[in-house]
Amino acid sequence: MKKFEKLSSRVVPLPIENIDTDQIIPARFLKATTREGFGNNLFRDWRFDSNEQPKADFVMNNPTYKGKILVAGKNFGCGSSREHAAWAIQDYGFDVVVSSFFADIFKGNALNNGVLPITVPEEYLEKIFENVFNNPETELIVNLEDQTITIAETGEKYNFEINPYKKSCLINGYDDIDYILSQTADIESFEQNR
Amino acid sequence: MGKTLVEKIWDAHVVKSQEGFPDILYIDTHLIHEVTSPQAFDGLRKRGLPVFRPNQTVATADHNVPTLNQHLPIKEELSRYQVDMLTKNCKEFGIELYGLGHPYQGIVHVIGPELGITLPGKTMVCGDSHTSTHGAFGAIAFGIGTSQVEQVFATQCLLQQKPKTMKIEVNGELGKGVGAKDIILYIISKISAAGGTGYFVEYAGSAIRSLSMEGRMTICNMSIEMGARGGLIAPDQTTFDYIKGREFAPQGEDWDKSLAYWKTLFSDDDAQFDEVLTFDAADIQPMITYGTNPGMGIGITEAIPTTVSQPENERPSYQKALNYMGFDDGEQVIGKPVDYVFIGSCTNSRIEDLRQVAAFVQGKHKAENVEVWIVPGSKQVEAQAKLEGIDKIFEEAGFMLREPGCSACLGMNEDKIPAGKYCVSTSNRNFEGRQGPNARTMLVSPLTAAAAAVTGKIVDVRELV
Repeated sequence: MKKFEKLSSRVVPLPIENIDTDQIIPARFLKATTREGFGNNLFRDWRFDSNEQPKADFVMNNPTYKGKILVAGKNFGCGSSREHAAWAIQDYGFDVVVSSFFADIFKGNALNNGVLPITVPEEYLEKIFENVFNNPETELIVNLEDQTITIAETGEKYNFEINPYKKSCLINGYDDIDYILSQTADIESFEQNR
Repeated sequence: MGKTLVEKIWDAHVVKSQEGFPDILYIDTHLIHEVTSPQAFDGLRKRGLPVFRPNQTVATADHNVPTLNQHLPIKEELSRYQVDMLTKNCKEFGIELYGLGHPYQGIVHVIGPELGITLPGKTMVCGDSHTSTHGAFGAIAFGIGTSQVEQVFATQCLLQQKPKTMKIEVNGELGKGVGAKDIILYIISKISAAGGTGYFVEYAGSAIRSLSMEGRMTICNMSIEMGARGGLIAPDQTTFDYIKGREFAPQGEDWDKSLAYWKTLFSDDDAQFDEVLTFDAADIQPMITYGTNPGMGIGITEAIPTTVSQPENERPSYQKALNYMGFDDGEQVIGKPVDYVFIGSCTNSRIEDLRQVAAFVQGKHKAENVEVWIVPGSKQVEAQAKLEGIDKIFEEAGFMLREPGCSACLGMNEDKIPAGKYCVSTSNRNFEGRQGPNARTMLVSPLTAAAAAVTGKIVDVRELV
């Protein structure tokens, strides 16, 4: 897993609530057997019409908005457990997703792939949207070590929460599996003592 | 202080609890299918690792399989490749596979319980969010991502934070024509598609106790639709009677020992839940969804809520959902025409569901304007339905009884609902495009689906039973 440190980037705003993983990556694109290439189908049915033409009114088809940070409405990533959703977001080029609320499984999947989900209060999320829609060049600054997110233009800062173990995994580029594999002696003794 | 049921099972499976780290949780049973496992097997290969406990892992093919002509090779190339890959991986890593053609094949959350693999007190995971289904037996069961599938392959354990606990009590008697599916759609409509996030839910109360195991599975199955990782119900005589004699259930002395343990699996009187919600069964009518998440549900006689009744910042998303569905503020759903009826999925494809539908449609015929698909959850459900003559009832009614699989629940295999069409569905998700690009899904109980099939429109099933 690649290491995550700091990031300053422009933003792609998606002010829609309850974005489910079927929107992030529809099931018919889950047939690959590798982790690569899902970015092409990220938000497939919102990005393209039935003739494969880009839909002009969708934010990802609007060159005004770009960057490595996706900002979305509450309950982002609900629904299916498909990790393909996190792979698609990463493969497309997002390193951070900001929302006022994340579904559990998506949040875990994102963290397991080095994509940082940042939960902010509803009011702060509104501020980001307001700034970005007023000035699409607005940047967000994410500092994982300090656990802060800042709207560069206004200096408005929020201290976000992250599990300390997951934080160290992201900063050091470690997987859960690296840690858990080091515990197999304990696992075997647990099995014998049941 | 006493413990909740979740705490009892969780604590019995903690290998190690270390300050600053998530718990290492031992997993008794790992269920896998073709879609979320190939990258995990690849990960093992890259690390040169075997599957740590292959005999605690069970595989089936369900998401990609066609539900007609299963004896022929799968037509769609990528689907076929993924299913073949599962066969190859299971062989290489020594995992039991109930693949296409096997008499035990079926939807992963249907076959676990019917084979006696799902048992009280177990920890169970699967790369599928509806793993919560198995909680109906008093197990801790939840969906995981593919990286976690790899973790369980490699160590039979997961790193997990202990979840918060919520108790949802439903007391009283259910009205005529109201069932388990209506209970869970009602709860989700009350607490929203995010209301259970961060919690494991224990369902309790007299209305829950009165349900069969199939009904309890329907309830627990949709826990994820309110955001809860898992849902469970304390085991009781209904549970024990269901399990006894099943293929892999404990037998003889093992049975007695297991039963004694299972009888300790309940939340203590003085256990503390982080949240408790109570509902009255008498308030629940047949439910239906009108929007694009499972929280957007109403009683069948109610009007679609207006946009202005929604919180201001959520109105654009609400309007987007109604536009997608082709519905207006304040409309009634009763009387709306239906194009497709889908009875199937891990929520409602068990023999009891099929029996209920058959009893209702016997002697009736489907309306001309609808296509009706019945998709049994497993080969065993299919065989039982044929044994009972249910297949004949469906045939006479003009319903199409297909072969087992996830089918039109998720628009991944050949079974898709065409763009713009309305599908009354017993599945679990009404997301945009879930049943096919631009398909419009309305979630209901098997009985309400059957009523839509014979009338060709949305009706209050209470007037027909």
